[in-house]
Amino acid sequence: MDILKRERAPISSEAWEQIDDEARRVLRLHLAGRKVVDFSGPHGWDLGAVNTGRLKHMEAGPLPDVSHAIRDVLPLVEVRSKIVLPILELDYAGRGATDLDLDPVIATAERVARAEDAAIFHGFPPGNITGVIPASPHAPIDVTSTLEWPRAVSRAKEALRLAGVGGPYVLVLGPKAHGELSADSDDGYPLRRRIEGILGEGSLVWAPVLEEGAVLLSTRGGDYELTVGQDWSIGYASHDRTEVELYLTESFTFRILENKAAILLRRPA
Amino acid sequence: MSSESYHEPIELLSERAKNLHRAIVSLKEELEAVDWYQQRAEASTDPELRAVLLHNKDEEVEHAMMTLEWLRRNDPVFAANIDTYLNSKGPIVDVEGHATEGGASASTKPARSSASLGIGSLKERK
Repeated sequence: MDILKRERAPISSEAWEQIDDEARRVLRLHLAGRKVVDFSGPHGWDLGAVNTGRLKHMEAGPLPDVSHAIRDVLPLVEVRSKIVLPILELDYAGRGATDLDLDPVIATAERVARAEDAAIFHGFPPGNITGVIPASPHAPIDVTSTLEWPRAVSRAKEALRLAGVGGPYVLVLGPKAHGELSADSDDGYPLRRRIEGILGEGSLVWAPVLEEGAVLLSTRGGDYELTVGQDWSIGYASHDRTEVELYLTESFTFRILENKAAILLRRPA
Repeated sequence: MSSESYHEPIELLSERAKNLHRAIVSLKEELEAVDWYQQRAEASTDPELRAVLLHNKDEEVEHAMMTLEWLRRNDPVFAANIDTYLNSKGPIVDVEGHATEGGASASTKPARSSASLGIGSLKERK
C-alpha cells in the first residue's frame, strides 16, 4: 500500500472515478501559475528538496582553519486539505448514478489551487519560497480606471522589454480585473480584444488569487520554475459509518531564476 | 506536420495528447533504429563499419531514453510503471505481482510514487 492508502477507503471504483474527475476538472480550471511558469516533475514523494547549486558560507566553523559551508537547497512544501463526503451519496455511483453531489471536492480543489498559486505569486516564506510579485524589481503600474487597462498593459510590456525580457507575454488577471476586461468596452470594442491585440490571442489567464489586480509575465521560459514532487493526489484519511474523510495533497516548491520577467498592474479596490 | 499517424481528427486532440503522440512516435523511431543498427552491425563483414554502426546504435539508445524520460515527466502512468519496474530486482513478472498486491518485498524497489490526478504542466507552448 502506498502513502495515499486509497484502497482502504469504503469507496467503489465508480465513485473514485467521479471524485478524481471532478478534482481534476476544478484544479485545471483554477490553477493559474502552472499555465505560465516552467514545470519540473512530477518527481514523486522521494524528492525532498531542489538543489540551487549555491552554498551558504559560515563565518566561523567549529574548528580553526577549517571553513564550513552548507548547501543551499529549497525544501519541498507538502500541502494537504481535507474532503469529507457522505458514504450514502458515494454508494449511489455503484447503482449507476453519474451525477454525485461532490461539492466538498470542488471546494477543496479550489482551496488547494489557491494555496499553490498564492505561493507562486505572493510567496511562502516558511518554505523559503519567494513569490513572483514581491520579487519583481519593477515599480507597479496603477490602473486608475477600467478604460486604463490597455494603456497600462502597453506600459507594462514596454517595462519588461526595456529590462531585456522578451515575450511571449501573458496577463494573469485577478477576478476584478478579469471581470472588467470581459464586461467592458472602449467605444464598443471589447477591452479583452484590445489587450489581446497588444499581447496576442490566448494571452489572458484567470487567477482567483490575484486580488490586487494583474501580473504581466513573460512565458519565454527559464524565468520561473515550479518543481513538483508528488503531483496533486487524493488520499484516504479515515471513515465512520456515515462519512469518509479524504484529502487533496501535493509536494512542491517554486523558485525564481530571473525576477525581472514580471510586473504588477495594481487595480485599487 | 510532425506525424502522419494520428488516429483521430487532430481538432479533437488536446495539446497534451499531441505532445504525447510526438514523444511516443519518436520513441518508436529511435527503438526501430537501434534494431536496424544492431542487425546491420552483426551482418557487416568490415570491422570498422561494424564499430561505426554499433556506435550509432548506442547513440539511438541514448535518444530513446531521453524521450522516455520526457514521457515519465509528463505522464503519471508512465512514471508509476517506470518506478515499479526499472531498477527492480528478481524475476520481472514477480514485480507486477508485488506491485498489485501492494506488498513490495526486499527484492523489489518500493513504489514511492503514488497515483496522482495527472495535472502536470498547464503551460501552452506557443
